[in-house]
Amino acid sequence: MATLSDHSAAPERLSNAYQNWYRFSRNPSAVIGTVIVIVCLLAAIFAPLITPYPEHVGAVVNFRARHLPPSAEYWFGTDNVGRDIFTRVIFGFRISLLLALVVLGTAVPIGTVLGLLAGYHGGWVEVVIMRFTDIALSIPALVLALAIAAVLSPDLTTSMLAVAALWWTWHARLIYSITRQLRVQEFVEAAETLGASKFHILFREILPNCVSALAVKTSLDAGFVILVGASLSFLGLGIQPPTPDLGTMVASGAAFLPDYWWESVLPGCAILLVSLGFNLLGDGLRDMFDVEDVR
Amino acid sequence: MSDPLLSVRDLWVSFTTYSQTSQVLKGVDLDVPARSQIALVGESGSGKSVTMKAIMGLLRTPPARISRGQIFYDGRDLLAMSERDRVALRGTAMSMIFQDPMTSLNPVFTVGDQLGTILKYADRRLKRPRGRAERIARVHEVLGQVRMRDPERVARSYPIQLSGGMRQRVLIAMALLSEPKLLIADEPGTALDVTTQAQILKLLKDLVVERGLALLMITHNLGVVRETCSHVYVMNQGVVVEQGSTADLFAAPREEYTRSLIAAVPRLTGGTRYGTREAAR
Amino acid sequence: MSRPLLEIVNLSKSFPVRNAFGFTKTEVRAVKNVSFTIGRGEVYGLAGESGSGKSTVARMIMGLTEPTSGEILLDGENIAGGKHSHGRKVQMVFQNPGSSLNPRRTIGQSIAVPLAAHGQPSADRRRRIAELLDMVQLPAAYAQRYPHELSGGQKQRVAIARALAVMPKLLVLDEPTSALDVSVQARVIDLLVDLGRQLDLTFLFISHDLSLMRNFAQKIGVLYLGEIVETGDTAAVFENPRHDYTRLLLASVPVVSAEEEAMRPAIPLIDGEMPTAEQLLALRLQGQQQNQN
Repeated sequence: MATLSDHSAAPERLSNAYQNWYRFSRNPSAVIGTVIVIVCLLAAIFAPLITPYPEHVGAVVNFRARHLPPSAEYWFGTDNVGRDIFTRVIFGFRISLLLALVVLGTAVPIGTVLGLLAGYHGGWVEVVIMRFTDIALSIPALVLALAIAAVLSPDLTTSMLAVAALWWTWHARLIYSITRQLRVQEFVEAAETLGASKFHILFREILPNCVSALAVKTSLDAGFVILVGASLSFLGLGIQPPTPDLGTMVASGAAFLPDYWWESVLPGCAILLVSLGFNLLGDGLRDMFDVEDVR
Repeated sequence: MSDPLLSVRDLWVSFTTYSQTSQVLKGVDLDVPARSQIALVGESGSGKSVTMKAIMGLLRTPPARISRGQIFYDGRDLLAMSERDRVALRGTAMSMIFQDPMTSLNPVFTVGDQLGTILKYADRRLKRPRGRAERIARVHEVLGQVRMRDPERVARSYPIQLSGGMRQRVLIAMALLSEPKLLIADEPGTALDVTTQAQILKLLKDLVVERGLALLMITHNLGVVRETCSHVYVMNQGVVVEQGSTADLFAAPREEYTRSLIAAVPRLTGGTRYGTREAAR
Repeated sequence: MSRPLLEIVNLSKSFPVRNAFGFTKTEVRAVKNVSFTIGRGEVYGLAGESGSGKSTVARMIMGLTEPTSGEILLDGENIAGGKHSHGRKVQMVFQNPGSSLNPRRTIGQSIAVPLAAHGQPSADRRRRIAELLDMVQLPAAYAQRYPHELSGGQKQRVAIARALAVMPKLLVLDEPTSALDVSVQARVIDLLVDLGRQLDLTFLFISHDLSLMRNFAQKIGVLYLGEIVETGDTAAVFENPRHDYTRLLLASVPVVSAEEEAMRPAIPLIDGEMPTAEQLLALRLQGQQQNQN
């Protein structure tokens, strides 16, 4: 029967990747966000090569060049001991991005695994994991950071520890709610009847369906982690001088406002820029995945 | 012979996704005379839903584009009308009965609230203001018209408290609120059990005949067509392949496609053979 | 006389309805003492509408739900309550082809699930997947595609291929074609019949589509509110339905020819409307009581 078709000519196959790319590249905020993030990443990686005064990262003092406004020689001006702010900002990106990497690199896997287990098993496993998550959620990150800093000495490691210790809870919650919805989907039941192992169901059936939500949340989180890290170092809990850190620079520059505004405002703008980039990237990813889910 | 109430002439619609354009409707002609029951039949991808959406004005015009054609309602071309005039017609002159009673009703409002709101906005469009008490009375009246035993109780209920069949009746009531002349039914009864579907179809047919309405039914179920409609349009891949009175079409289908479509329907009397080899089991 | 492949004996399932404190207020009896047998190589149809319990019966057979009481004997062995331990012998094709395949996995990966679960070495898998796709008349290249790139009929074929991957003896079909166009449905049923002959399969066919059931199932059981109200050879039940519910079901099916219309039972209208099952049964009960008085 040539007339009744089984619709065997599937619509011309545009690969998944092409479709995603198409949607993503048509979204202006997504593209801008990606560009910003990539620029910041590259700047952080190649900092020693692209900055005019890489030695200003260390304990350098140049009293004659103190508090100079932005100029051709010092693009972002100099701070109270004569160091080039632009150089220090670029190196400061390193700390911020490292913080984001470490925190999310631990929080996402831990949170995801806990969320999967809690959502799929239900029963006492769910109760134990989710109540533990609730307890962890009730602890404010800043207070914990202060407590840890009081016990151990305040530096980068302790602030990373404090933030990472609590960040997994959000991911656990998110993956838990998605897993619960997916658990009753037919393809999961089909996998069960086909004899698939629990490991397979959690990581090969359910997890791939969480990827879009995870990608969106992780990129938005990167922006937040950087802000939280900057707040911690603003309060003096982060990396100690002379290593440049964006939050610390904002704090120390604040003493000289409004006369030498560039010492505080420009590092602040850098923080804004990098977290904005991640936010736009995350929004773009969400828009891209949303359409896919609607299909 | 008077002009048909609804007339679609040479309708061409294309869809553009990922910079690829495809023609979904290729010159569709359709007539719905007043007081008639017309069926638009086709399988998925035939274009019947797109035709219905184009008539109701529900096509999203970025991905879709109406490249040619006219849709006449009561002599006026809907596609040439201003958006405002078009919207004024929707729900008042022609009304749609949605397919899925489970998802077409807002779960957080009572049935009475939802019907009342629809009526309020329709009245506003028709510039025919009605007080609250009158609105409630009209809602009860319409619920009675769809043969609800206790209209007041139904109006006070939330959708989740009603059965599938009752929800479908509510959707029909929604369509009847502003006394339209044309009802467009989208796959009526598909989401319902077969016994409930039989009830709803009988109700629909009776209502349409009693009130002298025109009915345009979009469906893929040939049995439903045969029992409810007097005239059929068969669509395949964006064109109307065949049309005729129901009796003629089923007794002596002219086109190969129509014949194979009817032949594919399993018969209640038995005798439909499945499998490629005739082995006696 | 050989032993039937599947025997369901007094199978029941009740769901407790709990109040706010977690105490059981009442019970919903979804399946009440259902019994039927399916012989080897047969197609048995279970007909019912929503709320009849047919899906619950299927889920109990598949081990997705535990029965409250009763036995499920597969080849003589009671599998009731055993979770999926009988995976090789009985498999299921789900109703909605769109949701029974993982949207984020390719067709090949979905079909590989039972192969991996039952220990097939990965080197062999590609070959076996190609074999299975060929069996359901799909090109081997489809293994790389995602479900959303396939039509409904094609997805259902993939679901069939996946279910047959480990060579089950009994295939439970839960409304396998209700989401499909009628021409696609015909092709899928053709495929099932052919495969049934080739692989010596037995089918439990669950559906509300009576016309389809008439032509595909040899024996039928009609489920209403958890109980089998009528059973027998399909032709006999259709031509001479005895229970009111069966008569109502048959009278409600929309048909495409005059002969079919003629064979449908006549149902009395109540208030000018087609009655619901409850109304019809209540009418019968009233009539019986009046006769007794």
